[in-house]
Amino acid sequence: MDFFDRFTIPPHDDPMLYASIVAIGLVSIAIVFGVTYFKKWGYLWSEWLTTVDHKRIGIMYIISALLMLFRGGADAVMMRLQTAVPDNSFLDAQHYNEVFTTHGVVMIFFMAMAFIIGMMNFVVPLQIGARDVAFPRLNALSFWLYFAGAMLFNLSFVIGGSPDAGWTNYYPLAGTDFSEHVGVNYYNWALQISGIGTLMTGINFIATIMKMRAPGMTLMKMPMFTWSALITNLIIVFAFPVLTIALLMGTLDRQFFTNFFTTGDGGMDMMWANLFWIWGHPEVYILILPAFGIYSQIIATFSQRNLYGYKSMVASMVIISLLSFMVWVHHFFTMGQGAVANSIFSITTMAIAVPTGIKIFNWLLTMWKGKIRFTTPMMYSVAFIPLFTIGGVTGVMLAIASADYQYHNTMFLVAHFHNVIIPGVVFAMIAGLIYYWPKMFGFLLNERIGKWAFWNIVIGFCLSFFPMYITGLNGQARRMYTYSEASGFGPLSMVSFFGALLLAIGFVLIVYNVYYSFRYAPRNVGDDPWNARSLEWATHNPVPEYNFAITPNVNSSEAFWDYKKNGHDLFKGGIKDIHMPNNSGWSIIFAGIFFVFAFCFIFHVWVGVIIAFAGIIGCLLYRSFEKDDGHHIHKEEIEETEKKFGGAK
Amino acid sequence: MKLKWAYLAILTGIAGLLAGCEPLLVLNPKGPQAETTANVIWLSIITMSFIVVVVLVMLTVILFKYRASKQDPDYEPPHIEGNKYVEGIIVTIPILIVAFLSVVSTISTHQVESPPEGYSEDEPVVIYASSSNWKWHFSYPEQDIETVNYVFIPTNQNVEFRLYSHGTISSFWIPQLAGQKYAMADMTNYMNVVAEEPGEYMGRNSNFNGEGFAENEFTVTALPPSEFDSWVEDIHNTADPLTEEKFEELLEPGHLGQMTFTGTHLDFKPAPEGENSPHNHGGSPDSEEDGGHHHH
Repeated sequence: MDFFDRFTIPPHDDPMLYASIVAIGLVSIAIVFGVTYFKKWGYLWSEWLTTVDHKRIGIMYIISALLMLFRGGADAVMMRLQTAVPDNSFLDAQHYNEVFTTHGVVMIFFMAMAFIIGMMNFVVPLQIGARDVAFPRLNALSFWLYFAGAMLFNLSFVIGGSPDAGWTNYYPLAGTDFSEHVGVNYYNWALQISGIGTLMTGINFIATIMKMRAPGMTLMKMPMFTWSALITNLIIVFAFPVLTIALLMGTLDRQFFTNFFTTGDGGMDMMWANLFWIWGHPEVYILILPAFGIYSQIIATFSQRNLYGYKSMVASMVIISLLSFMVWVHHFFTMGQGAVANSIFSITTMAIAVPTGIKIFNWLLTMWKGKIRFTTPMMYSVAFIPLFTIGGVTGVMLAIASADYQYHNTMFLVAHFHNVIIPGVVFAMIAGLIYYWPKMFGFLLNERIGKWAFWNIVIGFCLSFFPMYITGLNGQARRMYTYSEASGFGPLSMVSFFGALLLAIGFVLIVYNVYYSFRYAPRNVGDDPWNARSLEWATHNPVPEYNFAITPNVNSSEAFWDYKKNGHDLFKGGIKDIHMPNNSGWSIIFAGIFFVFAFCFIFHVWVGVIIAFAGIIGCLLYRSFEKDDGHHIHKEEIEETEKKFGGAK
Repeated sequence: MKLKWAYLAILTGIAGLLAGCEPLLVLNPKGPQAETTANVIWLSIITMSFIVVVVLVMLTVILFKYRASKQDPDYEPPHIEGNKYVEGIIVTIPILIVAFLSVVSTISTHQVESPPEGYSEDEPVVIYASSSNWKWHFSYPEQDIETVNYVFIPTNQNVEFRLYSHGTISSFWIPQLAGQKYAMADMTNYMNVVAEEPGEYMGRNSNFNGEGFAENEFTVTALPPSEFDSWVEDIHNTADPLTEEKFEELLEPGHLGQMTFTGTHLDFKPAPEGENSPHNHGGSPDSEEDGGHHHH
């Protein structure tokens, strides 16, 4: 039975853990049973699991991101509950460490990344008037690799044990000397697999945006979200290889006894911190730039005005992307590199505030002289501006190296980065989801429930995180599973917990809104429910498989507005046959084999590793010799579809 | 809108609650290093509040003035590309603010990295602070004593802490005396601390290092120099010597409470500095400081 011992979880005398294992099991059985009962396996396989359609892949990314949001959110509520009162014993130290590690990894890699990539998948090809991305099959593989990574990571919870060295996974703590069980192996492999998927997404979207824009759409006529996606994917392509290599070095250290990050034999623990943040800081902008892009679309639409300062918006994103690679040291000013190095990185860090400030003022100036409608997506965008400004200025405070010696590793830092990520990325993704919902599903989400969710989330956010600035300045280090009553952190931590509950209620309301609107919302919303401006709104809701019946002809970044108001001739010529890629089960099978490969690697099951590796090579060979010319959607079929939508566009 | 006011009321309530509390540790300094950082923090809070207020005022005015419900239904917002003067202003003002704070950052960082003004002439009291899971070991080479999880320092004298770790990365932090710095296995870091008021201060490891992290604290007691000297003498009269065997025992993961010894572990287990640095690849004695540290 020695072989099976490795799969057991390190001892936890915690009934909650077993309860969750049972819950996961029951939900899985319920899903399998449900799909079988309703005879949906065929539909699921042919329409979703094998799809190469960027819109469906985008939706699958977003569904996964929402699932991960609830997983990471449950972790967050557990942490706030544990720290709500002094000397609490709801979680023990080890369990708390696993919970905050999982929270960080899930929220960054499997929630935020998936959400932005899902949003890019759905929106970018529509915004540039393309029929799909440049490499649709590769795109499906990207998704399934991400999904395999996410599932692998979540499996750690029930088989073998979760990682417990923080999402930053610093060595030597993450090395086998201090973290013996397989948790960190899971971290390495789950992130490795989904990271490969992300890197492929980067290449795919650069190719798509550079090569597949509609006629007339020069670079400076791209909608702002597409610009943000282009720059984001450029950052991905430059930053992610660093993570790939760092994770590989970590894997070699843990599983093959090398000494890259160990404390003896020439290893250097500082190197992990450097490599991690050389990837990690650009990662911050990978998350925030698409959010900026979404806000630019939404604010222009609901101010009913064009985006102010288009050129400076583009320029500031380019500058941010360059600076993002020059600031990584500010994550460890306290490592002892001395005053000179710290001063240099302090200045480069603060410099980012300038292009970011330009964007804030440009959004304000977009609303100026506008005609502002307070829809739910706009309310998130309006709340974003002051909240993100507070997050930004506390970032400038942290950038002052001498002061950072006091903020570093404290709740002040935790407050700061949640203050930029939640109003920045999370609000943008929710706003974007509500905004593009009719494009995805052909109906609007209920505005009243949406606004209730909004107020819960905004107030919940403020109550959760503003107190942390104060407890941080009062000496509360982050990642402490408990504290004494004498420390005085109690009352404000209780406020945080209350805020976390409001946030949770807000997210549950969003899910309820989806259910409610699915049942009751009218389906006759038309093609332009928001009176929007950019090209993606020039096709139908929900978008037909081929996106545009006729490839649009673009003259500005607001082609649809020009079509509506200035008589621009968007669709020239007639409907022709459209060439589309074929669905294929190859991607999901390939990612599945990768999952097995990584799982066996984590547990040193070398037979499995070798068999899975052969499978991977087999898949690559199969794809290399596979002949797949796609298919055509015929003119008559398109005309019929268009007629159903009430006329061709 | 009602909720918005409720929320404002809650925030005001919290602010009021705080005003009545003890001053926050970081903003209640007891030595020149922490005082420098506290001043910088206040200065940056004031500067940054100005920006937040400007953005809030602009946003509020714009939202009230240009909301659709207040406007003529026929109003068509104009097309405005941008304006080089307006954009010039929104670039220049942030640049000026950032330039100002860059100067503040550079000067204050140099200040807190060197011995505080007025103390730079004196020979510092050297104390090695090394961490192991989840303890702090304080070695006084000059006084030839070692303590665990507590440290006594003389007031109004520059104390040079030499930081390193026997394993995981930890961060040495005494909020009321100075900002933190990492203690790592392969490099010794230096930190100058002066306590200008006698008293007991909270110190801790602030960098997560595993299961015992939350309790990884120590106390710092600042005493007038004469009392400090008699404390050292007392230890020599009462404490047991620290043997290599005993020290290896102390390094085992766990919590120990406070302990006192004569002698230091530096004799048999030196700190990773100079010729004992794992990344010291030979070279002249002048360049022995790892990582380009200049240290007197």
